[in-house]
Order: sequence, then C-alpha cells, then structure tokens
Amino acid sequence: MKLLWREALLAFRRTRTLSILSVTTIAFALFVTGLFGLVAINLRQAIGSVEERVEVVAFVLRGTPSQSLVVAIEDISAFPEVSEVRYVSEDDALDRAREELVEFRDAYDDLQINPLPPSLEIRLNAGYRNAPSVADVAERLRGFAFVEEVRYGRDWVEQLDRLRNLAGLIGLSIGLAFALVSVVIIGITIRITVLQRAREIVIMRLVGATDWFIRGPFLLEGAIKGLLGGILAFLLCAAVFMVYRSQGFGLGIGLTFFEPVHAVAFLAFGILIGFFGSLVSVGRHLRKV
Amino acid sequence: MIRFNNVSKSYPTSTAPALEGLTFHIGRGEFVFLTGHSGAGKSTILKLMHAEEPPTSGDVRVSGFAIGKLRRDEVPRLRRRLGIVFQDFRLLEDRTAAENIAFALEVTGARSDTIPTRVARVLDQVGLSSKLDAFPRELSGGEQQRVAIARALVNDPPVLLADEPTGNLDERATQGVFQLLRDINDTGTVVLMATHDLDLVRQAGKRILELRDGRLVFDSAGDQVEAR
Ligand SMILES: Nc1ncnc2c1ncn2[C@@H]1O[C@H](COP(=O)(O)OP(=O)(O)OP(=O)(O)O)[C@@H](O)[C@H]1O
Ligand SMILES: [Mg+2]
Repeated sequence: MKLLWREALLAFRRTRTLSILSVTTIAFALFVTGLFGLVAINLRQAIGSVEERVEVVAFVLRGTPSQSLVVAIEDISAFPEVSEVRYVSEDDALDRAREELVEFRDAYDDLQINPLPPSLEIRLNAGYRNAPSVADVAERLRGFAFVEEVRYGRDWVEQLDRLRNLAGLIGLSIGLAFALVSVVIIGITIRITVLQRAREIVIMRLVGATDWFIRGPFLLEGAIKGLLGGILAFLLCAAVFMVYRSQGFGLGIGLTFFEPVHAVAFLAFGILIGFFGSLVSVGRHLRKV
Repeated sequence: MIRFNNVSKSYPTSTAPALEGLTFHIGRGEFVFLTGHSGAGKSTILKLMHAEEPPTSGDVRVSGFAIGKLRRDEVPRLRRRLGIVFQDFRLLEDRTAAENIAFALEVTGARSDTIPTRVARVLDQVGLSSKLDAFPRELSGGEQQRVAIARALVNDPPVLLADEPTGNLDERATQGVFQLLRDINDTGTVVLMATHDLDLVRQAGKRILELRDGRLVFDSAGDQVEAR
C-alpha cells in the first residue's frame, strides 16, 4: 500500500506538466457539467416556488354584496382542490399595486377612482397544481354570477414544466458528453505517461510484476488527478456562483448552491473519470507488451 | 532445468523462421554459452525462455513451466524464478543501485523489513557494497551490469539468463562480469549466456551451443547431452 502511494506520487512528480494538464482537463469538464447542474438546480427550485404560487384569481363585479361573497367563499373552500381562498378588496388591491409597482406610486396617488377590481385569490392543494385541475376549478368559478373574469397561469406553468424537462435533458447530455471527453483526455494524458514509463513497465514485467501491480500506481494516479480536478471544478463553480450572486443577477429569486450530496457526487465523479481513464489506457498498453 | 523439444519460432512480421527444430536440454548447475552470428536467433531463444515470445511450435520447459501453455497471469511467477540480464542493463535511471534491486523484491510483494538486508547481501555478492546509493549514470558500464546482475539474483532464481551481458563492456569489465557469473554458477544457479565474444567462450571451457540461421549446429556436450 505504501509502495503504491510512493509509485503514484513519483509518477505525478515526474510528469508534472502532463499531470497539471489532465487535472485541468477534468476540472474544466466537471466545471461545465457543474454549471449546468447549478442552473438545473436553480431552475427546479424556481419552478417549485412558482408552482407553489399557482393560484386562480376570480375578479368580482363591483358592488357585489359581501353576504353573497361570504357564502361563496365558504362554497369554494369546500372544493377538494382548494386549500385557501382569500378576498382582496379594491383597497387591498390598490395598496398592493403601490407596493409592487413603486415606479407608478405617484400615478396611483393621482387617481380619483380606483381602477382595480376586488378579487378572490384561490390557492390549490399540492396535488392539484396542474393544468387540468386549474382549468376545472376556473370553470366552476365562472359559474358564480358575480364573477366577472377568471385568470390563471396555466400556460406559463405548462411552459415551465416543459422547460424543466428540457433543461434536465440538456444538462444530462452535456454532462455525459463532457464526462466522456474527460475520460478520453485523461486516457490520452495517462497514455502519454504510460509511454514515458514504457521502459519502466518493461522492467517491472521483467522482474515478475503482475499486471495489477503495474496498473496500481497508474490507477491511483488517475484517481488522484480526478479528485483534484473535481475539487478544482467545485471551487470554480462556487466562485462563479458567488460572483453571479454578488452581481445581483439573482433577479429576486433566492439562488441555491450545491448541497453536500452534490459536492460528494462531484468528487466521486472526478475520481471515477480519472480511474477509468487510467484503466483504459494502461490496459491498452499492457495488452501490447 | 531447461528443455527445448523440436522448437520453432517465426515472428509474424518476417518470413524466414527465427528458430527451426531446436532440441536441447540444460541440466542442473550447468553454465552454457549460446553463440552464433548476428541474427542467428540467440536472443529469440532467451525470449522464449522467459515467455516474452511464445514458441510457434514445439515444447519449451523452464524450471517446470511449460512456456507454450503459460497464461499471461502465470508469467510473473515464471519471471520471479528467473534472473534476466541484458546488454543494455535495463536499470531505472531515477533510482539508486539499491532502489533498483529493491524494486525487484517489491514487485513480488516481499516483506519490506527484509528488503534492505537482502539488497545488501546481493550488492555485496557483486562487489558493489560501496555504491548502493549511486544512480546508474554515476556508475561505469561494468558496475551497472553488476547492479543488473544483483537485481537478477535477489530473488534467488535457479536459472540466470544473460543476453550479451558483456556486449557493452571493455575487456577488463568483461572479465569481471564473467567471473561474477561463474561464481553465481558455482552456487548452483544455472547460467545461460548469449555472447559474441569467442575469446571468452574459448577460454572458459564451458558448454557451448552454437546457432546458425535459427538451427542448432554445434553442442559441445555432444552425445552426453542426448543421453540425459
Ligand atoms: N520482434 C521481432 N520481430 C520480427 N523479427 C524478429 C524480431 N526479433 C528478432 N527477429 C528476427 O529473428 C531473427 C533472430 O533474431 P535474434 O534477435 O534472436 O538474433 P540474435 O542471435 O540475438 O542476434 P544478435 O547477435 O544481433 O543479437 C532475426 O532474423 C531477426 O530479424
Ligand atoms: Mg540478440
């Protein structure tokens, strides 16, 4: 075991430039993959929080007696899809508009009459935040006489759903492609190392070293390179994330970084890439000698 | 210890066979010279013996191993039972004499606490105790060859194969290395030495196998050998 480490580190030192090159390659590949991972994670998060906000808004005719509203609210609350019904009066609506659209605050102050209608905001239970349920609830709401108009964000929820699937798919394929490229490049760099050490391998075989004994240091070397590449890539991702957030590109959505599980997966992936890259190139060389 | 029975060898890339119909036997404790013109097939015989090349036909046996049937994963076991020395020494340039020798023990999984004493013993045997920390480039050719021989000996092999071990050495160093090989042979190790050096061969009075174009044309042991 001690021997294995000694030989692997020796190899590392002897081919320093090459080692740095392969570490950088792995790091770059994992970095790109990691960036896509970050985008995917944040997209999912965004979609999740958006989904939570899926609600149906029923605009109510002005002058509807509050009594009929109270009854209606009770009825609607009894729908199995509905988790919460909130009444937003004309004044509430105006206040909210002032708050949310700061730029237009003065314009609202100048208004003589309130242009905003009162409304019922209906939130749905978790299982019903999909397009068919939303449409169904909306249809039933239209049945109430005092409901002037029903609005809901069906289209954009569907679009976000599609976007999420697409992002996942693209992220996965780009990740795989880069992983493959890394394996190949690691294979090439290890191959050069192997060729540089061809003489040594010949001598090892001459004195009776088994194939696994010869492979050992190369595999360890590859795994170490992969690990270093993984760490580097992770740090790069963290740096990009930090810069991005400090530049305020978050657009109000709380950005999330990798969880510890992801970090571990990152490093494990790097190690695997290094390991298999080495295995392939050493194996190929050994088959020839 | 070594037995060739009607052995032929053709390299895939060349038309003429390198060896044809070789039959001979080398017994316990022998010292044998392998001679012949360049390209006669001396190195090929040694390659067959340490399973670097498989025989095309015929039967090769070396200390109990049937070379033709040897699986790849059995080759290391054979090599550990052989000492092999080449004209170009084949030392690792970035390791000292002692490290080069220790390396041959390490690859066999020898216990690390026994390694220094065993290395010291073979270095003493080849007369290089004072050079154990020297790198190959700091040693003369003769000294490098001694280190290579020490490495070949460190696993106490019953057979030592030497392919022109004195080919790169001057007269004095040649004598030294040859004497060393004789001493090793005196301890019971079979030594098979391929060489061009006819003076050495003549003066030594050892058994001679001579090759010409891949065929055995002379065996100084003559009928004696056939009888064995
Ligand atoms: N790897 C190889 N591939 C193809 N042909 C080879 C190979 N090695 C040797 N040969 C051929 O086999 C024949 C015997 O070669 P070998 O090396 O055994 O000769 P040798 O007696 O050792 O010669 P020398 O004294 O020059 O070392 C030669 O004709 C050579 O060209
Ligand atoms: Mg030769």
